[in-house]
Amino acid sequence: MTDETGPAPLDRTGDAGFHLTVDGRRIPVEPGQTVGAAMLAAGIRSWRTTRFAGRPRGLFCGIGVCFDCLVTVDGTPSLRACLVTARPDDEVTTS
Amino acid sequence: MSHEMGGRDVLHDLVVVGAGPAGLAAAVTAAGFGLRVAVLDTNARAGGQYHRHRAGRPPAWAPLARLHTVEHLAEHRVWAVERGDDHFTAHAVAGERDGVAVTVRGRRLLLATGAYDRQLPFPGWDLPGVFTAGGAQALLKGNGVAPGRRAVVAGTGPFLLPVAVGLADAGVRVLAVVEASRPTPRAAALAPHSPARVVEAAGYAAALARRRIPYRTGRAVIAAHGDGGALGSVTVARLDADWRVRPGTERELACDTLAVGYGFTPQLELAGQLGCASTPDGFVAVDTRQATDLPGLYAAGESTGIGGAQLSQVEGELAAYAVAGRTPPKALLRRRARLTRFAAGLRALYPIRSGWSSWSDEDTPICRCEEVPRGRIADAARHGADDVRSIKLLTRAGMGWCQGRMCAEATACVLSDVLGRPIAAPAPTRAIAVPIRLGDLAQGAS
Repeated sequence: MTDETGPAPLDRTGDAGFHLTVDGRRIPVEPGQTVGAAMLAAGIRSWRTTRFAGRPRGLFCGIGVCFDCLVTVDGTPSLRACLVTARPDDEVTTS
Repeated sequence: MSHEMGGRDVLHDLVVVGAGPAGLAAAVTAAGFGLRVAVLDTNARAGGQYHRHRAGRPPAWAPLARLHTVEHLAEHRVWAVERGDDHFTAHAVAGERDGVAVTVRGRRLLLATGAYDRQLPFPGWDLPGVFTAGGAQALLKGNGVAPGRRAVVAGTGPFLLPVAVGLADAGVRVLAVVEASRPTPRAAALAPHSPARVVEAAGYAAALARRRIPYRTGRAVIAAHGDGGALGSVTVARLDADWRVRPGTERELACDTLAVGYGFTPQLELAGQLGCASTPDGFVAVDTRQATDLPGLYAAGESTGIGGAQLSQVEGELAAYAVAGRTPPKALLRRRARLTRFAAGLRALYPIRSGWSSWSDEDTPICRCEEVPRGRIADAARHGADDVRSIKLLTRAGMGWCQGRMCAEATACVLSDVLGRPIAAPAPTRAIAVPIRLGDLAQGAS
């Protein structure tokens, strides 16, 4: 489940980009970007709900400390989207 | 998950944890003295937070250009360090996705683990669209991605300035920098210690002015409001000297992004494991050689006191001199002394005041991971819990994924409020410094 608003892309590197999918939707990635940054650039602001109150969560600390931004990538659960460098054709699934 | 020992039976002269300004400066300086050095770092690219950069675009920072002189182990999460008779062992999990157990040994160990943004909870601070100040900057510097379109930057300390300027330069409309403290002209007294830092700050101030970004002091974001599960606006209010809200001064600002930070919290997990001495204010205690009280163990950078990237780099270089048994240049020692005085002066301008807890209510989440509201912590305190550890056992605050990194200090403050006496957040003493999968742990122990 993702929540989206307008995208905020900037500063294109000109490098050959690629794509990954988030719950089946293709989004563009620039080489070296994290999964979380690519999702945010595509306008995806939250991608997890908390266990108890079902509150939305996305990126918060952005540097691997807070664990708000957990995603499943290619079947591996509980990865920090802010730390995982995206690879071509990664399949990201959100809960 | 495989277990890898390739090249790990090597005994390095120095193992460094952290490839930021302190760690990398120490590593390449020691390598320059002919020592065999390994650097373990969580991130995919060396540089830490200050020199964070996009792939293939390293900034012009000398230690990065000399990265090839050391064994740089990127994406290595160090979860334990051990002190043996004549060497240290660092246990790490390599690879953010697939965890390979790695063990690295060194005659000396330098902890350069840095710090992260300190947070003060307020209603709505867990909404998507609220970022730590450092997180907003990391998105820009490391990924070329802006966190949103209309932003407010809030908190306390000089770090808010480069964050605001960075956001504006990325095309984000920055509505205001909201600074809780009221930095006084006393700031000018710091100038002799570090003219460069003052010039830098003046540069940022001018940059804010040029971009017409208002800099508002004595105010805070006291609430964030969600619209369909994401940030839609924030409430800014004037504060009294103790940071309590002045009633009637609340103003709402529509924004999709808030970047917030109240100074920094040191990363002390590994230091806590080894049990080296700490300072009264909770940092790793070091002597003039950056040595801790444990033989062979050194520390440098923000975990020994918040002082910025330049001071961290100088401390790292000095640690390398000590490890190599060399006498450091007097100019380097003078530079550290000057930057240390400057940092202390700067910190004094931006203290945290206890009135911030009045921004929260019974339902405000204090622990984000376990969703523990303020009211539950206060109840536990009224039922006899009188330290952060007891609160954890009774409420689960601090028991989640982040292991209390985000909430321990705030929990201690809520406890202080209820008990009416100061409560300190305990130094971390965990057998496992970072969350890792059990399989990785089993491999590492074998």
